[in-house]
Amino acid sequence: MAPRFKTGEKVRVMKAYPLGHVRTPFYIRGCVGEIERLCGSFPNPEELAQMRDGLPAQPLYRVRFQQKEVWPDYRGSPSDVLEVEIFQHWLEKA
Amino acid sequence: MTDRGKYQPLSYFQLMEVTLRELLVEKGILTGEQVKAEVAAMRARTPERGARVVAKAWADADFKRRLLENGTTACEGLGLELGTLKLVVVENTPQVHNAIVCTLCSCYPRMLLGIPPDWYKSRNYRSRMVREPRVVLQEFGLKISLETAIRVHDSTADMRYMVLPMRPAGTEGWSEERLAALVNRDSMIGVAIPSPG
Repeated sequence: MAPRFKTGEKVRVMKAYPLGHVRTPFYIRGCVGEIERLCGSFPNPEELAQMRDGLPAQPLYRVRFQQKEVWPDYRGSPSDVLEVEIFQHWLEKA
Repeated sequence: MTDRGKYQPLSYFQLMEVTLRELLVEKGILTGEQVKAEVAAMRARTPERGARVVAKAWADADFKRRLLENGTTACEGLGLELGTLKLVVVENTPQVHNAIVCTLCSCYPRMLLGIPPDWYKSRNYRSRMVREPRVVLQEFGLKISLETAIRVHDSTADMRYMVLPMRPAGTEGWSEERLAALVNRDSMIGVAIPSPG
């Protein structure tokens, strides 16, 4: 599967709650961040957990979020960030 | 009370481990010797492997550039066996302090740092490190100035992370061996910083 996002692009993590083995943490769903880098493509873990091959491999990104975006009451420096690996099918253009 | 001596019933996970191991051996997928060898290899991997990489990066600017570009191939170039590890090395600078966590489970660069400490796998660390990293770091005795941004890495999928700490001042001209001795496990997770003695 071809990568749809470029480094620096703004993306939103989908606010979805599917059942099963999902590697997108709850706390980050719905948040807007910026693509930090493309890590490569890897078999989809949601499929692997069902004993399927997880192919085609899904592009995996590191997405950088401002802490204030994730936790509105965050206390610290405004430049504090959080980076999370998110698969492409969980991201949409923001 | 009945005296059971040292006997303790197996916990849920111990029982699961024994069951799985016995099934794998019974079905001929693994031998008992292979399991033993793997456990021994796992125990033999210690944070000294990571410390060697950090010291090399401090001493050799070209290696450092390659390490930050692609952690996996740079370490393999040092002759370190990494297995399936996909390594991302993140560099501490006066502007940015990095720290690693896995909120979903306990992903950890075992091939470089060995077996993770228990606190790394605790619910407390995993849930609070992303939420209030400055408070957690302070509990480790590390106060990061507000001038320095904190960058927390949640390793949720296929990559594993290691922090490249800043080389302490006053270590100019030190050998790689001497430098490596300054680097402990916690400084490569990002909850400590190395100091020269």
